[in-house]
Amino acid sequence: MTNRIQKAFEQKGQNLLNVYFTAGYPKLQDTVPLIQALTTAGADLIEIGMPFSDPLADGPVIQQSSSVALANGMNLYVLFEQLKDIRQQVPDTPLLLMGYLNPIMQFGMENFCREAAAAGVDGLILPDLPLVEYEQEYQAIFKQYNLQPVFLITPQTAPERIRHMDTLTDAFLYLVSGPGTTGSANTQEAGTQEAYFERIAAMNLRNPRLIGFGIGDKASFQRASQYAHGAIIGSAFIRALEDTADAPQAAQKFVSSILS
Amino acid sequence: MTTTFQPNARGYYGEFGGAFIPEMLYPNVEELREQYLQILADPEYQAEYQQLLRDYVGRPTPLFEAKRLSARYNTRIYLKREDLCHTGAHKVNNTVGQILLARRLGKTRIIAETGAGQHGVATATVCALMGMECIVYMGKTDTERQRPNVERMRLLGAKVVAVTSGSQTLKDATNEAIRDWIGNPVDTHYIIGSVVGPHPYPDLVARLQSVISEEMRKQLLEKVGRELPDYVVACVGGGSNAAGAFYHFLDEPSVQLVAVEAAGHGIHSGHSAATSVLGTPGIIHGSRTLLMQDEHGQITEPYSLSAGLDYPGIGPLHAHLGASGRARFISIEDEQALKAVAELSRLEGIIPALETAHALAALGQLGAGPDEVVVINLSGRGDKDLETYMKYADQLK
Repeated sequence: MTNRIQKAFEQKGQNLLNVYFTAGYPKLQDTVPLIQALTTAGADLIEIGMPFSDPLADGPVIQQSSSVALANGMNLYVLFEQLKDIRQQVPDTPLLLMGYLNPIMQFGMENFCREAAAAGVDGLILPDLPLVEYEQEYQAIFKQYNLQPVFLITPQTAPERIRHMDTLTDAFLYLVSGPGTTGSANTQEAGTQEAYFERIAAMNLRNPRLIGFGIGDKASFQRASQYAHGAIIGSAFIRALEDTADAPQAAQKFVSSILS
Repeated sequence: MTTTFQPNARGYYGEFGGAFIPEMLYPNVEELREQYLQILADPEYQAEYQQLLRDYVGRPTPLFEAKRLSARYNTRIYLKREDLCHTGAHKVNNTVGQILLARRLGKTRIIAETGAGQHGVATATVCALMGMECIVYMGKTDTERQRPNVERMRLLGAKVVAVTSGSQTLKDATNEAIRDWIGNPVDTHYIIGSVVGPHPYPDLVARLQSVISEEMRKQLLEKVGRELPDYVVACVGGGSNAAGAFYHFLDEPSVQLVAVEAAGHGIHSGHSAATSVLGTPGIIHGSRTLLMQDEHGQITEPYSLSAGLDYPGIGPLHAHLGASGRARFISIEDEQALKAVAELSRLEGIIPALETAHALAALGQLGAGPDEVVVINLSGRGDKDLETYMKYADQLK
């Protein structure tokens, strides 16, 4: 059975745009309108951030949006309530939940997976869930609810480890563009990043690849897409939502600026 | 020694521990995990470490029989004088060990987090000694309330970064240090200051602090005629001095281990750092342990007058010692700690750090008999707290 993520990659093949936003930001009730607006504007996948007080892998922009979302009253109960009819409005676009393990543990991993599956979520990106813990503790639950894990790959990830990750998912592999948290600029020597992207591309992995971290405009999106099947934009989109009264309109405008 | 309280291969003490880290940190932490035991056991490393502990830190630290304090509590009290270590606290035992480790791993840049500034100073100190670049992350709030330590670090050549994210205290300083490490995976070693963080850090730091209890056993044999005391008492924020003081007694069930937490304004006042009482299992800074959080798993801000104890978690070893009943946990409020500062100062001529004073304040609750031997780990001296002591002068009379 082909899942929504696989279908999206099969249909478009190249230049897929995955947009991240923090649920409950800028306003608590913006979650669903933003998913709709992003879909209409042409985003190919949507990553819904579950805000956490201590997001270790995130830079200042997503930290700030998480704090605002939490202050707005976002939590997993509210999020799943907001998402309960999302598949009636957005039937095909792959939806992924991105967040940290602690809030999920308090909610209960099995409850969480059940609710996510019921809402029509396709995949989970949990950066602080290590591979070994996933395999030993949670793989069975993910499988039971047809949720695809998305694993992060960095320039330091060993090839055999990448191959192993590749066997554990039917979604995509998330290539972290270089050292740093989300939103950091590329400070690597010229050619270093390209060599890394090409090295991974040459591995002929079974899953497609998206490049994330530091991708923020049309130029960086197009450049990343030369080395993978597309790219992930987060911090730059959150910045575009910062001072807006109309988040869905800002989303439309932002996605158009990338894809036009 | 047996291994009842040693972590397993995945870094678990019972149900606590592990390494919940993003992939970006995996190679660094894995490198450390693969090599730390081998390096620590290397005779050349040990020779260098022991020499620095002796000639630079000033070890062994004395075990002092506190006669007037003993008379006051009608028991036999000994103070393990970690306050006499270079830089004024036990923290330097760990930083000396870790900087030698970092050099063997080929690292050239050192990062650290600090709350009260003691670990930051101890890190800046060893970086100066080794000529290594040092960046210390410190919550902006803490840089303001612990200004002398900020100046000490700068004088030692370290760069102090005031952290403005989150609540701007130790938790956020730790987040920022971890983010720095994510951004600098190749040349940087992160010297964590407590028995917290992803495996192998809790075990690494506990081993480097275990010199405290190793010395205690020898000194007790000499002074009391037996290696084993009846009680070992230490304060716990993250828990590094307690881990060091308990380490060589963990598998000696006749020794009561007493961990003293900061209750701030009172355990249920909403302004407390008593994690063993208020905490629930969760993940903080890469470790599954007890932590203070709300019902949704958002980490909450602890409170203690002492900046060294207001951490929202405790090390996984301590969570396990609590859950298994091996250690007894006592909570001490700000006011009780301040009284203990005054008491030790007047009775023994030793001004303790505010953190350490929590351990001293637990003396009345131990129930120790006249012939029983109580060892208190005097983890740090009070110089850094002078401003606080001046502010609360009325309570210190």
